[in-house]
Amino acid sequence: MVDSKHKWKAWLYLLPALVLLAVFTVYPIVNTIRLAFLEDYNMMLAARGKVFEFGFKNFEMVVQYQGFLTCLKNTILLCVLTVPISTILALLIAVALNSIKPLRRVLQTIYFLPYVTNSIAIGMVFAAMFNVVGNIASDPPLIETAGIINNFLGLFGVEPINWINGGSSYWANMTVMIIYIVWNALPFKILILLGGLQSVNKQYYDAAKVDGTSRGRVLRKITVPLLSPMIAYVVITGFIGGFKEYSSIVGVFGEAMGPPGSVGMGQMNTMVGYIYDSLGGQHQGRASAAALILFAIILAVTLINLQVSKKRVHY
Amino acid sequence: MKVVLENLTKVFPSRNKAVGGEVVAVNDFTFEIPDGKLIGLLGPSGCGKSTTLYMISGLQKPTSGKIYFGDDDITALSPENRGVGLVFQNYALYPHMTVKQNILFPLQNLKGSDRLSKDEMLQRAYEAAKLVQIDELMDRKPSELSGGQQQRVAIARALVKMPRVLLLDEPLSNLDARLRLQTREEIRRIQRETQITTIFVTHDQEEAMSISDMIVVMKLGVLQQIGAPQDVYDSPENLFVAKFLGTPPINVFDGEVRDGKVYIGNDAVLDAPGVADQFVFVGIRPEGFELAEDGAFCCELRSVEVMGRDVSIVSANPAAHTPVIRSIVDADNKVDVTAKEVRFNLKPHKTFIFAKETINWSLGAEGKTIYKFDKVNQKLNAVVEGKNYEMGVLLTDEEIAKLEKQAQQSLSPVAKFFVKQGKKIVAAAQNKVAPIVNFIQNHIPEKPALTGEFTYKLAMGKNSEGNTLYFAGGVDNGRLVVTDDIANAINLHAEIVEGGYNVYYLDGETKVYPEISVENGENHEKRIFL
Repeated sequence: MVDSKHKWKAWLYLLPALVLLAVFTVYPIVNTIRLAFLEDYNMMLAARGKVFEFGFKNFEMVVQYQGFLTCLKNTILLCVLTVPISTILALLIAVALNSIKPLRRVLQTIYFLPYVTNSIAIGMVFAAMFNVVGNIASDPPLIETAGIINNFLGLFGVEPINWINGGSSYWANMTVMIIYIVWNALPFKILILLGGLQSVNKQYYDAAKVDGTSRGRVLRKITVPLLSPMIAYVVITGFIGGFKEYSSIVGVFGEAMGPPGSVGMGQMNTMVGYIYDSLGGQHQGRASAAALILFAIILAVTLINLQVSKKRVHY
Repeated sequence: MKVVLENLTKVFPSRNKAVGGEVVAVNDFTFEIPDGKLIGLLGPSGCGKSTTLYMISGLQKPTSGKIYFGDDDITALSPENRGVGLVFQNYALYPHMTVKQNILFPLQNLKGSDRLSKDEMLQRAYEAAKLVQIDELMDRKPSELSGGQQQRVAIARALVKMPRVLLLDEPLSNLDARLRLQTREEIRRIQRETQITTIFVTHDQEEAMSISDMIVVMKLGVLQQIGAPQDVYDSPENLFVAKFLGTPPINVFDGEVRDGKVYIGNDAVLDAPGVADQFVFVGIRPEGFELAEDGAFCCELRSVEVMGRDVSIVSANPAAHTPVIRSIVDADNKVDVTAKEVRFNLKPHKTFIFAKETINWSLGAEGKTIYKFDKVNQKLNAVVEGKNYEMGVLLTDEEIAKLEKQAQQSLSPVAKFFVKQGKKIVAAAQNKVAPIVNFIQNHIPEKPALTGEFTYKLAMGKNSEGNTLYFAGGVDNGRLVVTDDIANAINLHAEIVEGGYNVYYLDGETKVYPEISVENGENHEKRIFL
């Protein structure tokens, strides 16, 4: 223990960090909770000294607002679909990378590149790849160029698909977003899983080899269980990241959060998108309430994840 | 199942490609392990014993040579097709599986007609567990077991497949001292019960001696000796084996064979009829000493340690390789602890003499001088007309200056001596005599130019009669040139020509010497049987 005479010194040393935390973390959290429960809160009126009533009206508004359910559905769908796909893909790629010697470094770097690239920029590239120049929705469609993806699919005789342009379907949009998010999520997961693989004692594999274990069995019975702590980690962080999905959609669809030409809020909007929209409309109370709901969902999902991984994560 | 290794060799490429140089982990092993025996591969770390084990298991492929199980050549077979059980040093138990799942794992890998029914698998697993006495721990995880229990699980996992050969890599090294004693008995018992040919690796000689039917002593990838533990202990074939086996270790002395007697210092300790005069190592087991008032071997008494049954006498001798020597005598002997010295007679069957030199090499027909390199002491010996000279005392600058001056005058007593002897010797060091190059490089720091200019240094050797021999040596492009023609050596130029070495002397005389011949290159520290 620090001598009580010198305790003030300890506080002094902690002070800069404490002040920064208080101003930029603690105060916003507390204020968010406060705003969420203030009915009809408006920053302008608040500045003039108006006092607001305490109540649950903001939450009611959030839940009743029809766009909210779309956002919630989009967010959950993106999480549920992308996290398993990206985790399994990352695991397979990590195992493959770990088993080769030549070109490992080069491939590792290539796989890691998306991680250091701006997600809006990647989104724009994706948008260009799926874009159709012309009017695909008209009858007959007027197509200048169908985009690299459609052109590639065309090699196999597939008719151009309206991925993201005006009048595109919900599931076409969703498919683009899933591909984009999975691809964007891979590097971090590969990095973590590869690190885990490299710390696995090689003797387990030697032992399995002497016992004539097939490759599939080695993966299922040895690699995956031994990697389970890392897998749990990437799944949990994957879900947390998935619930905060926003910039990827902005990257592909722009701030409309959906294909052009749709009425009102974009059909690909997410929870975080909803919060931004609310803020933009000077509905700080509603935004705060939505943020708290999102927090509650993430907390619940993480707790479920931890609970499940307790049974699944070995040692 | 009999295991036969035939010219087994494993060469690892160098880690650092720029430097190069391969590592020969296992060098030309040939031996046969009889069926149903417990064999210990014994040697210090880096001697290739684990590599040998892994080659038998199939996890490592030999560079050359063959491995047979019985009459089957299994060299090309993959590990799973060899029918071996391997117990790893750290056991490699799967941490996420219970003991039962761990033991079942190899059986669950079997496919096709080999696959057993679930009940059969369980029965086999319980049989194996019972054999190693862990059948009550089947539902525990490895992390809930002690080291000894984990070891047993690992053995059970290796045995459950009913392997033809059981391999254990340092099976006891992760256990504490008490468990180690217990577990080694256990390994012995399991081996006896199963009658499976078992090979284990250890660096602990006591461990290997206590339970093995046969031990294989290795050093730096080279097989040293193979035999029953007691036989190897009683009759080591070289100094390394003698030193490696036995606690307390054998006492080693510098000695000399002269006129059919073995001398340590001035004490003639043993008769050695028919052995040529030479410098030797004398190894005496601690139990090889007998106290005797008029004993031949005199040592300075340091202390006496009473151990009940025996008495351990700690003494010192200037010729010993260790600061103190330890002899164990029966407690019935009364030792005067106040005495300054103690005298022993040596038991002939507990005293071994070993040849000193690694490499003898001499030059062509003309070479009457034989240089011998003593690897242990990094000393060069020369035999001139049957007399030993210990070389390698580097001269001081003043002494060199003096010699050079004498040589310039060319009629110096030194020069005269060598002119009279008529010896002109040049030796080239090839790969096989690399230690000599090292020796010269240690003593001759400057690296000479690669061309004809030849840098030399002078050194001096003395024999036991006090005669002095001067010699000059240097390294030219990695090749050693040595001469005891000191007068000419000072003006010596050497160059390599096809089939030999041209040596130029300033007087214009040129002689081409053929390649050096290396005799008894592996004679190093070999036992000289009396």
